[in-house]
Amino acid sequence: MKSKWLSGPYILWMVLFTIVPLGVVLYYALTDSITGEFTLANLANFVDYWPIFLRSIWLSIFATLICLLIGYPVAYYIAHCKPTTQRLLQMLIMLPMCMSFLLRTLAWVALLDDTGIINNFIRTLGLSPLPLIRNNGAVILGMVYNYLPYMILPLYTVIMKIDPRLIEAAQDLGCNSRRVFTRVTLPLSVPGIVSGITMVFVPAVSTFYISQKLGSPGTILIGDVIESQFKAAYNPNLGAALSLVLMVLIFVCVGIMNRFTSEDAEESMVTL
Amino acid sequence: MRRFNKYFTILVFIFLYIPMVVLAVASFNKGMDIAVFKGFTLSRYKELFQDDTLLMLLRNSLIIAVLSSLIATVLGTAAALGIFRMRGRLRSAVMTVTNIPMTNPEIVTGVSMALLFAFLGMMLRINSILGFWTLLIAHITFNLPYIILNVMPKLAQMDPDLTEAALDLGCTPTQAFFKVTLHEIMPGIVSGALMAFTMSLDDFVISYFVTGSGFVTLPVEIYSYTKKPIQPKVYAMFTLMFLVILILMVTMNLLQARDRSKRRKVAAVRRRGI
Repeated sequence: MKSKWLSGPYILWMVLFTIVPLGVVLYYALTDSITGEFTLANLANFVDYWPIFLRSIWLSIFATLICLLIGYPVAYYIAHCKPTTQRLLQMLIMLPMCMSFLLRTLAWVALLDDTGIINNFIRTLGLSPLPLIRNNGAVILGMVYNYLPYMILPLYTVIMKIDPRLIEAAQDLGCNSRRVFTRVTLPLSVPGIVSGITMVFVPAVSTFYISQKLGSPGTILIGDVIESQFKAAYNPNLGAALSLVLMVLIFVCVGIMNRFTSEDAEESMVTL
Repeated sequence: MRRFNKYFTILVFIFLYIPMVVLAVASFNKGMDIAVFKGFTLSRYKELFQDDTLLMLLRNSLIIAVLSSLIATVLGTAAALGIFRMRGRLRSAVMTVTNIPMTNPEIVTGVSMALLFAFLGMMLRINSILGFWTLLIAHITFNLPYIILNVMPKLAQMDPDLTEAALDLGCTPTQAFFKVTLHEIMPGIVSGALMAFTMSLDDFVISYFVTGSGFVTLPVEIYSYTKKPIQPKVYAMFTLMFLVILILMVTMNLLQARDRSKRRKVAAVRRRGI
């Protein structure tokens, strides 16, 4: 078929601007910044940044789990609304994703700051202000706030598609509503849970703005380190090495999770 | 349980919209401090339309968003048509590459493109390669998957008999494409293009790494603002953009609803016919 060639320009584009750049990252990661010779020193450096890697991973796992716990009931509710309401609510979930996340994060700073809106309100009540910002909790809040829609949307898509006859069948066969949920609805929403977790975890673990605004110098994340290698310290070779490690780390995490769920999905099919 | 879910959902929506309400209120605030409301004013909007630099940044963002989403739409739709005809390994290889920009963290995409351009600059001995063209290339690259992932399902939904009918009735393949196929997949193209446009308009992370001093977009400038006290007219711009995007989304929603009801009608006609 001739039409196969229609994708030629696209494939060329993606090779040039997606695959080749990853090769360039590898090249920079494996060369010395001054001499340009082959070295493993940049990659070995990542040991120094291991605690920051770990903190990024822990904070984003926390944020991802909170997103899942908050997002599931919301997605479930939306999926059981009338079709017109569903479309409206889906749009309201998508709308914040399109607005400047820098300014929305700054609005959180205005809310949480020591002289911010919430603490001003607390003061008018005659209470002492709370330490709401510049700690790990604020960074997690920022992550949850920014990436919650990315959890709700895939969950909603999957829950919406669950065949209501399966639920009815389970009820007819004597399941109470809790068992219907644990035996039918939850196993069938696993694909949505997996893609939701990926879509929240990946941007959360690599973020650098949220931690700068809502965290303290003690809570910098790996994204901050990478950013500063390009914009402040200017050591692109170290930055490339850290990006490479981050990419491999995410690749492994996502890979493990996909593995988990494909087995899980098969099991749930069998028990059904 | 359903009652609980309802109130819980309302609370989550309040959580999602509170920061935007804060910004919208701040755009009408007489005082400079976002946390203290000192009285209502519209002067921030007046200031916004008198600020040439801010308007120029908005214009830059719009230029990049329009150009990159248009180019990505043409390139991506052609690619989707091609990929749809592919089978087996080739198809899954191309789809894997399509998913790279979607699954890679934005910072890695940004860094990798910045390094590519730095490398090219070194090879070509150009000092300041970063600017309009690098920004445009980067935006086209991350827009392309949105188009493909929106157009492919429409191609799969399309009845292949339709094209054949057009050919039987004397259309050339080109005519059949423009009169039938394009018409059928249009909703996918439009929603993909709109998604790409909004993503491009709001992109910060990737733009931040591939932008030069010559050509700066609004989000990149807002990032540098946040290091010094922010001017309230930026909130006015946020509020206006919120309205524009709201209108865009409602339009998209109506288009999709129309498409759905049309499909239902076509299905009903077909059932009666057979």
